[in-house]
Order: sequence, then structure tokens, then C-alpha cells
Amino acid sequence: MADAGGVVKKFMFVNRKSPYGTIYALESLEVVLISAAFDQDVSLAFLDDGVYELTKGQSTKGVEMKNFSPTYRALEGYDIEKLYVAQESLEERGLSEDDLLVDVQVVSRAEMADLMAEQDVVLSF
Amino acid sequence: MKFGIMVNEGPYQHQASDTAYLFAKAVLAKGHEIYRVFFYHDGVNNGTRLTVPPQDDRNIVNRWSELAAKHGIDLVVCVAAAQRRGILDESEAKRHGRDANNIAAGFRISGLGQLVEAGIQADRLVVFGD
Repeated sequence: MADAGGVVKKFMFVNRKSPYGTIYALESLEVVLISAAFDQDVSLAFLDDGVYELTKGQSTKGVEMKNFSPTYRALEGYDIEKLYVAQESLEERGLSEDDLLVDVQVVSRAEMADLMAEQDVVLSF
Repeated sequence: MKFGIMVNEGPYQHQASDTAYLFAKAVLAKGHEIYRVFFYHDGVNNGTRLTVPPQDDRNIVNRWSELAAKHGIDLVVCVAAAQRRGILDESEAKRHGRDANNIAAGFRISGLGQLVEAGIQADRLVVFGD
């Protein structure tokens, strides 16, 4: 366990981009995993194209990139269980909660804004 | 106030690094403290001493190095992001069998824990990027 000097802050990682078009999603996940070692109050938000990061049935063979989507299923093992998905972002893309590979809380954009306002640290990817 | 700064984009391609630098200068001018500047994603490219910008342009890398030297600011480049993009210091180059290193003065390579720590220790962590 990394030393945070007893300080526990609310960290939110905001994922806004599709998983393979740029490296943001993958490198965001790397920060999330490291943050678990610091015993902080971590949550993840998925909005805009970021909702595609959580879709089932990702296949990356054609683009010769690593399919890192199974890692989202492992987050529970790191005690990272607060995953929020923007309802409007799903709807705009013809997706529903059934299309996602992990259990999430679907929230409205307005609720997402409230969640962000509660945070101490917001890292946006 | 104690600020942490995160830079997520490379120099010249994107304004994020310029804005972060100008923000850092403004923070110091107002008498605040900078706990750390953390470079991630393509932001790690701010830490190569091998950039050769045109003479009539700003030298973004040198500017960071000079700020670090003058104010003792901790400039940290993420090791995982740096390895992918070919930013190496002497020990990393040796460890991975590469024939050169390119880290600029005032920068050091370390892990993502340094970013999380900056989030914990600083009063504000300000992110510059897309």
C-alpha cells in the first residue's frame, strides 16, 4: 500500500474518448489501477464516446491493438466499484446498460455534474 | 495554495504545454507553490532535450528546464508513457539496452504513483490537455 499520509480524497477519473482511436482510454486505466494502491475514494465516469470503453464484444484483431476491455472487469478486485455512465451518452449512441461488460450506475448528465462537483480531484481523459 | 499540474499533450503540436507553463509562472508570481508538474500521455515529449525548434520560436523544453532550475520545481515524466514514446534517462536506457538517453535537465522519470500523490498532497490538481 502506498503512503497517502492518512489523507483520503475523492478522485474521479473521467473517460470521454473511444477506446482505440487514441491512447487516452488505455493510459487512463493505468492511472486508475495505480490509484487503487493509495487507498483513496475512487470513482470512474464514462461519458461522450467514453461509453464505448465499456461495451461488450470488443475485438481488436483488425487494428492490431491490445483489447484491454477485460481489465474493467478486474476493477472490482481493486475495490474500485463506483462506475458511473451518462445516460444521454448511451442513448445518443443507441446503447443501453445491457451492452456494457461491467455493472455500472447509469446517471443523467445533471447527476453526473453533481457527482463531479463532490470530488476533490477530477482527472479527465 | 499548493498546486499540482498535469500536462497531457506534446509540445508544439498542442497548446496544452504552453498554457500549463504560463499557468505555472502565474502561480509562482502570485506567491503560490507548485508541488509537482506531471507529464503524461504525449506530454512526456516535453522532457526530451533533443528538440530543435526554429530559432525565432519559443523553446518549450528549455523553458520547463529553466523554470525547474529557478524555482526548484519537480518535473516528473511518467515512466510507462515515456518508455512507449522513447523518452529515456541514463538508467532507463541502460536497463532496456538502448544506446542513448534524451531526458532534459530538471526532468526525472518516475511512476504514476507520483501523479496520484500530487492529487493527494496538492490543494488543486490542474489538468492541461484535450
